[in-house]
Amino acid sequence: MTAAAPHILSVQRLQKYFPVRSGLLGRASAWVQAVDDVSFEIAAGETLGVVGESGCGKSTTGRLLMRLIEPDAGQIRFEGKLVGRDLKVSDLRRSMQMVFQDSYASLNPRLAVADSIAFGPQTHGMPRERAIGRARELLGMVGLEPSQFERRYPHELSGGQRQRVNFARALALDPKLIILDEAVSALDKSVEAQVLNLLVELKKNLGLTYLFISHDLNVVQYVSDRVLVMYLGKVAEVGPVDAIYGAPQHPYTRALLDSRPSMDPEIRVEHPPLTGDPPNPINPPSGCRFRTRCPHAEAVCQTQEPDLRPAHGAPGHLVACHMRRAGSGHSQAAPLVRFGDREPSR
Amino acid sequence: MFQYILSRLLYTFPIAIGVSLIVFALVHLAPGDPLSAVMGEVDQTMIAEMRASFGYDKPLPLQYMTWLGSVASGELGYSLRSGQAVLEILLSAAANTIALGVLASLLGFSVGIAAGMFAGYRNGTWLDKVVSASAIAGVSMPHYWLAIVLVIVFSVEWGLLPAVGAGSASSMFSWESFQHMILPTIALSAIPCAIVARTTRACVMEILSMEFVEALRARGLSESRITLHVTRNALPTVLAVMGLQFANLLGGSILVETVFAWPGTGSVLNQAIFDRDIPVLQGTILLLAMFFVVTNLVIDILQTWADPRVSRH
Amino acid sequence: MSNSEQSTVRVSLDTPGAVGSAPGMDVPVGYAQARSYWRGVFHRVLRDRVTIGCTLVLGLLVFLAIAAPVLPLIDPDVANSGDRLLPIGSPGHLLGTDELGRDMLSRLIHGARLSLLMGVGPVAVALLVGGVLGLTAGYLGGRTNMIIMRITDVFYAFPSILLAVAIAGALGAGITNALVAITIVFIPPITRVVESVTTQLRSMDFIDAARASGASTFSIIRTHILGNVLGPVLVYATVLVSVAIVIAAGLSFIGLGASPPEAEWGLMLNTLRQSIFLAPWISLLPGLMIFITSMCFNLISDGLRSAMDVRY
Repeated sequence: MTAAAPHILSVQRLQKYFPVRSGLLGRASAWVQAVDDVSFEIAAGETLGVVGESGCGKSTTGRLLMRLIEPDAGQIRFEGKLVGRDLKVSDLRRSMQMVFQDSYASLNPRLAVADSIAFGPQTHGMPRERAIGRARELLGMVGLEPSQFERRYPHELSGGQRQRVNFARALALDPKLIILDEAVSALDKSVEAQVLNLLVELKKNLGLTYLFISHDLNVVQYVSDRVLVMYLGKVAEVGPVDAIYGAPQHPYTRALLDSRPSMDPEIRVEHPPLTGDPPNPINPPSGCRFRTRCPHAEAVCQTQEPDLRPAHGAPGHLVACHMRRAGSGHSQAAPLVRFGDREPSR
Repeated sequence: MFQYILSRLLYTFPIAIGVSLIVFALVHLAPGDPLSAVMGEVDQTMIAEMRASFGYDKPLPLQYMTWLGSVASGELGYSLRSGQAVLEILLSAAANTIALGVLASLLGFSVGIAAGMFAGYRNGTWLDKVVSASAIAGVSMPHYWLAIVLVIVFSVEWGLLPAVGAGSASSMFSWESFQHMILPTIALSAIPCAIVARTTRACVMEILSMEFVEALRARGLSESRITLHVTRNALPTVLAVMGLQFANLLGGSILVETVFAWPGTGSVLNQAIFDRDIPVLQGTILLLAMFFVVTNLVIDILQTWADPRVSRH
Repeated sequence: MSNSEQSTVRVSLDTPGAVGSAPGMDVPVGYAQARSYWRGVFHRVLRDRVTIGCTLVLGLLVFLAIAAPVLPLIDPDVANSGDRLLPIGSPGHLLGTDELGRDMLSRLIHGARLSLLMGVGPVAVALLVGGVLGLTAGYLGGRTNMIIMRITDVFYAFPSILLAVAIAGALGAGITNALVAITIVFIPPITRVVESVTTQLRSMDFIDAARASGASTFSIIRTHILGNVLGPVLVYATVLVSVAIVIAAGLSFIGLGASPPEAEWGLMLNTLRQSIFLAPWISLLPGLMIFITSMCFNLISDGLRSAMDVRY
């Protein structure tokens, strides 16, 4: 990825709170802050990986981008055009597609796979004959022999084959960006590897851009150019894959990376780097949302919410942590006066 | 738990209002004037006077509010036909209907649960097949026809039991009364028995196929202890079905009561329909529907008590 | 993080042999002839002897009912005071005669016309109305769902027989009124089943995928919802027909619904009831017809349910 590459997608201050309804009239008594003030960009042709524990809002982000859920606030620009004003949602959906985790639930059990793939083009006015022809072509592209697979039903396929069908369906509208929401997470490891390679190959051949949502750090490292770490609906850290994996700046990122099982029996993790479940997103902790599980939490973390700021090191590496902000008041942060000249003003 | 009961109570309130609205609307669907149907060709001024005294000349929403107000205070009006207080008519009729309903439930539920447990445990055997087939027959059976079959066999052919009425004994607990109740009880119990048997069978089969039963067996629990676990897990579902069937027995006994000329709410309703006796008609339907609503409420609460999973949400 | 290089995923990914276009590596799932879901259901039904038997019985009944006017039957309405309550097997009257001397066989066959119509008709109409309501409530969700389902709940507060009797009783005796009453009784349960299936489907990813492809609500419902709702609802509607036949005959039985001299099973059962002391077995015939018909629908529903593997 080069800095000069134009942004295909830019997201500003995206927010979605889900109401928790209770009582007779179903009034909202509380709000789940699923996605809160999330901003990021994706350059054309790159793969942005999104990681985080379950419930951190990464899937909601994907659905918000597709407008499967209406955002409460925030702006989405696709190729510079503001969605909803310069770009109709229906047009956005042609250029942006999504693949879901559950390969079975994402296929209509009553439709043969060719019909499932042809559905999108048909709704956009392609005659059925041509749409089916296109579906056959796409099946071939995802490595499924059309003559053998086109008349099959989802339950007659393996998980990996079904997920290939889902890719074919996503490709049917010739999208530029594909959101892969845990798209390989449910597959067996060996199948996962094949499907991942298929994804990489397709991206190269078709010039696609991926938003790759996953909880699997190894897989994200393998496919991504840049990585975005989410925690409780907020962006904790974002940056080039090597920077994130090589020099993580946020304690949460570090804990996530440390919690990966080591393949070397000599190296043992003495104590779990991350304990307990993430706090309830209905009432997230004040200040920094990670402070309740952070070994370095101090008073400032409770009172002030850290914002996303450039980290030292790699360009484009941003982190939301008081320890990395000079003069934040955290004991491990550099004093403001000494490094003030190096701190870009924001 | 308490909060759930409270919200369930609150939820019942709009349902009850809706029910009263339907009951009120029903009698106004009827073509023609309720009074002229009863009084026939009489002096028009007299009808007008009567209309005014019954409030039938007022606009409908006002009539509804007036009616609802009096219903809420327990005042159901007077029969157009006999002049008797509707509440009075209903109370004695309801006692008879409830007596039958309770007996039919006891019979139907005990037989149904026993047969269902048996079939569930002996899944696939010929006994299971007999139970399943009988259960299907039971659900499909027009129970008013079963009533006639019973009368023909036990009263006409064998002369063992009385065919109609409630007997002349003053107490419901006399042998004579009981004899009169046997056939209606059997006729009424067929459907609940069949439905409870099917539910129990399905529940037992599902629970037996769960892994925790295997775990219990692996731990060396005796079969009787395992049956206890199965029963505990089947209880909430079966309880819900039983409650619904009990409520259905009370509200849906009109056909069987007609066959046996049983002096219950069904007979009152039947009579009121053919007399076009609006206050009695409204009162009976309202009472039966409200009974249904309250029974559902009680089942829901019982179910919460029996199944810890329900109370969580 | 150097040790992560050793993870299994990395290793297999770095193996160039396992490039994406090798589907043979996926778990192979039977190479059986792929066939459509409905064809599969049809084949399973064909193998179910009980369901086939019941379908044949009902088919025969429907045929007889339709062909009744042209069949060589005695006029069902001709009374003959000399031939009252002849027993089953009497010469000229295979199933005997009723209390007015009318031929039972002919009346039972002619009665099937009304009784079947009163069972199937209301469920068919309720299927249409309840289907639209349930799809709307289930697909749109939110406030629309709340309004539709709360009204449905109110109707659920009546036992079905009571509601049918109450509506038919309020409207007055007559076949049309009975049809209206039974239809109203069955709209809420169908609405509920359709709503619950639709709500479940609505939350599935393939609906989101269809929305993401830019399809209109109408086309999503037509292509993706209807086909999945149809199975469970068909099974349920078949059960309801069996209930409707019993309730419809029940209405005629207590004098709502069909009226003399019409031939209708429930009404016949009622008029013959006066003669149980004279000719007990003949008076049971109309009820037996109701029973058999209702049972056939119930068994067919059971067969369909297992052929479709429906759960609800």
